[in-house]
Amino acid sequence: MKSLFKKARHLAGATSLALALSTGTVSAATPKDSLVVGWQFDDIITLDSAEAFEFSGSEVIGNTYDRLISYDPNDVSKIFGQAAESWTISEDGKTFTFKIRKGIKFASGNEMTAEDAAFSLQRAVILNKAPGFILTQFGLNETNVKDKVKAIDADTLVFETDKAYAPTFVLYCLTATIASVVDKEEVMKHAVDGDMGLAWLRTHYAGSGPFKVEQWKPSEIVVLSANQNYWNGVPAMKNVFLRHIGESSVQQLLLEKGDIDIARNLETEQLKSVEDNKEIKLIKKGKGTLYYLSMNMKDPILAKPKVQQALKYLIDYKGLADTVWDGRGQIQQAFLPKGFLGALEDQPFSLDVEKAKELLTEAGYPDGFDVELIVRNSPIRVDTAKSIQTTFAKVGIKVKLIPMDGKQVLTVYRARKHQLFFGTWGPDYQDPHTNADTFAKNLDNSDDAKSKPVAWRNAYAPEQMTKDTLAALVERDADKRAAMYLAIQKEHQQTAPFAFVMQEQEVAGVRANIDGFVLGPSFDSNSYKDVVKK
Amino acid sequence: MGSSLSKGSYQAALSSFYTKKAKPFIHFFSMLAMTFFGLLLLTFVIGRMMPTDPVIAVIGDKAPEALYQATYIEMGLDKPIITQFFYYLNGVLHGDLGTSVRTANLVTDDILNYFPATLELATLATIFGMLIGIPMGVIAAVNQNKWQDNLVRIFGLIGHSAPIFWLAMIAIVVFYQHLDWVAAPEGRLSVMYEYTLPKVTNMVLIDTVLAQDWGAFKDAFAHIILPASLLSYYSIAYLSRMTRSFMLDQLNQEYVITARVKGVSETAIIWKHALGNAWVPLITVIALTYASLLEGSVLTEIVFSWPGLGRYITDALLAADMNAVLGGTIVIGFVFILLNLTSDLLYKVFDPRVK
Repeated sequence: MKSLFKKARHLAGATSLALALSTGTVSAATPKDSLVVGWQFDDIITLDSAEAFEFSGSEVIGNTYDRLISYDPNDVSKIFGQAAESWTISEDGKTFTFKIRKGIKFASGNEMTAEDAAFSLQRAVILNKAPGFILTQFGLNETNVKDKVKAIDADTLVFETDKAYAPTFVLYCLTATIASVVDKEEVMKHAVDGDMGLAWLRTHYAGSGPFKVEQWKPSEIVVLSANQNYWNGVPAMKNVFLRHIGESSVQQLLLEKGDIDIARNLETEQLKSVEDNKEIKLIKKGKGTLYYLSMNMKDPILAKPKVQQALKYLIDYKGLADTVWDGRGQIQQAFLPKGFLGALEDQPFSLDVEKAKELLTEAGYPDGFDVELIVRNSPIRVDTAKSIQTTFAKVGIKVKLIPMDGKQVLTVYRARKHQLFFGTWGPDYQDPHTNADTFAKNLDNSDDAKSKPVAWRNAYAPEQMTKDTLAALVERDADKRAAMYLAIQKEHQQTAPFAFVMQEQEVAGVRANIDGFVLGPSFDSNSYKDVVKK
Repeated sequence: MGSSLSKGSYQAALSSFYTKKAKPFIHFFSMLAMTFFGLLLLTFVIGRMMPTDPVIAVIGDKAPEALYQATYIEMGLDKPIITQFFYYLNGVLHGDLGTSVRTANLVTDDILNYFPATLELATLATIFGMLIGIPMGVIAAVNQNKWQDNLVRIFGLIGHSAPIFWLAMIAIVVFYQHLDWVAAPEGRLSVMYEYTLPKVTNMVLIDTVLAQDWGAFKDAFAHIILPASLLSYYSIAYLSRMTRSFMLDQLNQEYVITARVKGVSETAIIWKHALGNAWVPLITVIALTYASLLEGSVLTEIVFSWPGLGRYITDALLAADMNAVLGGTIVIGFVFILLNLTSDLLYKVFDPRVK
């Protein structure tokens, strides 16, 4: 028995040692000169601006590269030069000439020239990855891009389009992540088999932004360090550590204890529980992302206009805004987000069961029908879909809710094999065409169409609206253009098989001693550059 | 004649060598190859049959149709599934597990990064499980149907039935938020060490020792102690139950009665003789527990932001990143086979009857 006690004593000794080692090692404050952000960034699959199209990747690139031009995150209509100091537009509206700012240095020490800017755009067109269409829609392709986009001297870049588009359309496209300027010499040093450095730049860095990418470990950590040569002021934070914290409840705990400075993915109930905490403040910003319900017109019932109208009256917009979304979204019922040129802010729909019943009776479905609704398996989407299921049931519409993984939902949606879909759309740039192009234009509704916008996915092919959308694209007068988009949205709001429900509001939980963190209207305009710690 | 005799004896020797030495090896390696082939084929087919379009994982949702079609062909998805499989198999045989579309890295590099994180966690959890679970099982067996036995049973029942996700959140609130005993559930190291620690084995406890950075070692220990303890709870529960059962089996054997009659001390009977014999079946149980911890700690990895292989494979599966899924499957398969082999070898050490 003595030996048993001896063993127990050893065990107790080992346990005490373990506790002694762990106790007291915890540090509740983040380093003074560093910003630590808890964030779900497992969507980052590349850090190459020619390829990145994911929210988190765009944000990292936005903080580490200079784009040709940029906009004020608080007033998107104010466009200004970033890598470009100024620009002029030819009289025929097809040639944009940019003067590149002098004195910008890449992380490699190379000075930025117009050749770097030309190379970056040429490279994006030639590689033609997911966001490539943002540039190729100007008539650029692999064969002509070197003639159409070129440096005529060290400071001057010329960008030619195939048509005279609305100038802001071209300029907003050049504020997108894909227009980031990369260091030609550095990138081409790592080119393999004609890939223009793609394989290398996916995981490395060749930019000139306020921060440099030091390290990216997928779904683990991104380390940024301040660029001491940044032309527009060196950031106060020496380092920014982005940590992948997958669980939002864990993000809340870390924020409350001060182990992170910013929590980026707090859910509605967590936001409620920290809002009275004096050590934490909530920063909010309306994003361009829209949440909508779509009805596939391949389904004979859902193709009926009166059924579509009825469903729009069967969503509890206000109830959703007050409960499920509580502060994380605002009602928006048109395809352009608030803040965009020509955005329609009318809200003609509200939950009206009687009206919906009338419309369904007129359509020939007084007792409702059975329908399937696919939705990505994320809390806010599923909760909204559940609310839709409940309100639809009031008129006898039995909704079978099918939550799926994000990519599974998209697989079904892209093949237009759904009946109802609830999901999101985020604009690719700040011009209204980005959403009009996908929601209001469908040139070919056949199954093997070459272009498959969201309108196609729901078998919606409005002939006149498609023409109007193309006309708005080349209208150079901003006021007239805004009026055109308003008219398109009014028609679309009533007749299209889309019920727009909510515009996302991003909310970040930030420690009270942090100032200067900017949430912009898109993820690539979220900025850490001006962050200071008090 | 002489030469034919010597030729005959040479052939006989060769045949005897084949039967005794080479045959088991050939048999073993052919079984190994077949197992891997079956494992890969099954995973590949399941992966391709999943209702997720792998092209979307590469180009996202918004890419134009032309790019979609080009990528579809580039990924070989237009070819019959069996052709796709043999292309992949050919790559594997040449040491190329492909590139992960989620991380843009070679799958082999990813595995070298993620697997050590899981290995470190599971090893520590298994050690804790053995140190606590086995003595608990012995105590329960010795005190059969007494309060000690009931206590161990209740403890084991909770370990088996409580959802690990829930248990982890409770543990974080208690030990991190309130008691402040452990580091934040933010991964393997605090940010100040995460970037600076030289990675040699990618197991941070070992790397910190190699770098002789004791501050980093303490930090790493404060990060691993809670997830490892939680994971070990599962193995403690299982090992204590199995130990109890094996011990009861031994304590009822005649040699125990003989030893008692001969006056051998109770401590020696329990801890030396009975437990000594119970070790033999326990080895298999420990090996299986260890293997299940190596592949099945996904939820713990998610809650503690632990960059392990379980999370890597799960994320890859959801993103239709098949190269990563297959690469991870090969590693898990390899681990199972290796652990089985090790337990077979240990059998020989602990049980002299096995040769």
